[in-house]
Amino acid sequence: MFAFTKHRFYRQALLALCCTVVTGLAAVSAQASDLATIEERGTLRVAVPQDFPPFGSVGTDLQPQGYDIDMAHYLADQMEVDLDLVAVTSANRIPFLQTDKVDLVISSLGKNPERAAVIDFTDAYAPFFLGVFGTPEAAMIDDADGLSGKTIGVTRGSVEDMELSELAPSDTTVQRFEDNATTISAFLSGQVDYIATGNVVAAQIAERNAERAPTMVFRIKNSPCYIGLSQGNTALKDKVNALIEQAKQDGSLEAMSQKWFHTALPDDLSN
Amino acid sequence: MTLDFSTLLPYSGVIIEGLVTTLWLTVVTTFAGIALAIVVAYVRDLESGIMSRLLGGYVEVVRNTPFIVQLFFLFFGLPALGIPISATVAALVAMVLNLGAYTAEILRAGIDSTARGQHEAARALGLSRLQSYRHVVLVPAFSRVYPSLISQCIIVMLGSAVVSQISVFDLTYAANFIQSRNFRGFEVYLVVTLIYLLLAVGMRRSFELVGRRLFAFRQGGSA
Repeated sequence: MFAFTKHRFYRQALLALCCTVVTGLAAVSAQASDLATIEERGTLRVAVPQDFPPFGSVGTDLQPQGYDIDMAHYLADQMEVDLDLVAVTSANRIPFLQTDKVDLVISSLGKNPERAAVIDFTDAYAPFFLGVFGTPEAAMIDDADGLSGKTIGVTRGSVEDMELSELAPSDTTVQRFEDNATTISAFLSGQVDYIATGNVVAAQIAERNAERAPTMVFRIKNSPCYIGLSQGNTALKDKVNALIEQAKQDGSLEAMSQKWFHTALPDDLSN
Repeated sequence: MTLDFSTLLPYSGVIIEGLVTTLWLTVVTTFAGIALAIVVAYVRDLESGIMSRLLGGYVEVVRNTPFIVQLFFLFFGLPALGIPISATVAALVAMVLNLGAYTAEILRAGIDSTARGQHEAARALGLSRLQSYRHVVLVPAFSRVYPSLISQCIIVMLGSAVVSQISVFDLTYAANFIQSRNFRGFEVYLVVTLIYLLLAVGMRRSFELVGRRLFAFRQGGSA
């Protein structure tokens, strides 16, 4: 009886060891697919969001749709490979890249030093910013002094509230509301002609209310989105950068912006 | 958690600004609201035409809907109907309409307790309809319902906290503003709670002082 137990112990130990080695090998082999691998495979695997309109959401036909999805289609078409969309959340989009489950992350990804330490970024491909938005007739405002005398609605305690309070001149009236919904109502009902918010929120308002679509007049803070890929994947990065540049030139990015954000691309993205 | 009230010092100006707004909103509402109530109570008691019915409808609508809904209706609804209204005006109108409706009902209770014969007797003695209403009906009615009236005004003052929702810079708005900057919710709301408490006690005291002068005739116990 004792001998059998002991025997089983060794077998289990051996099995455990094998598993460890295999896992280790797998980890080593989880190297990123480079451009050549993708072309040979004939499929581009892209991580996209499905819970963050207008970047990525699920349409009424149950198909993924959005700015990021269109961008992924554009890249795959230009590279003449098939497209494999992988739905990710904001928490797991970088692990998906690190474990070579996808080749690119096109998922409204912002650039920061923590992320730059583990993955690489292409050029910016999508607008993401906080700004002051006015009615479609509102004139552009060049600098913070131009906000003088204006009444601007904002959601109390939000990042845009903090930033705006910091830079607005003393004779700007900042009307603070309890939540985003109330701020939007204040704008749509005409109680305020300007609101400070993100371009994503502005796009959602424009989607439902075209005649009073918020139009950006002043940018408070800019943090555009980048496509993420694994580090050292130079050939793929160059290829994607070239295609982003091409999309800017041939108007594809502008068309995507009009389609999903109902507004023109900001200057820093349109060439 | 330790309490640190020094974090509030840089915001003392904000609290004072909020306090001033709450104060003047309350004072204007009290006078305008009571004036409105007198008119409404008069019309509803002595007339029986379309006007009386309309005012009855107004009282019922205000007394049977939440204050915040009335406020949102004025602030978001009127501009949509092409009537521009600022946050402060919307707040003031909502508060006056609210106090007016409740106080009219309180007053009516006082008026109803004056025997109709007294009113008729005053008329027979040659007092005009308005004179009789003022001296024989209204003043005694006020003196009877005065305690309820004080409470109603204080309720409206405390209820004014809601106007911060439409971005009126009142005391509660100041508290929310500070809380969203220094994240010291407990300290801020403790201070603001004390201010509201002092305001309510101060209002009651002032009303009682005024009442002692206005209704001096009751002092002899001959009311």
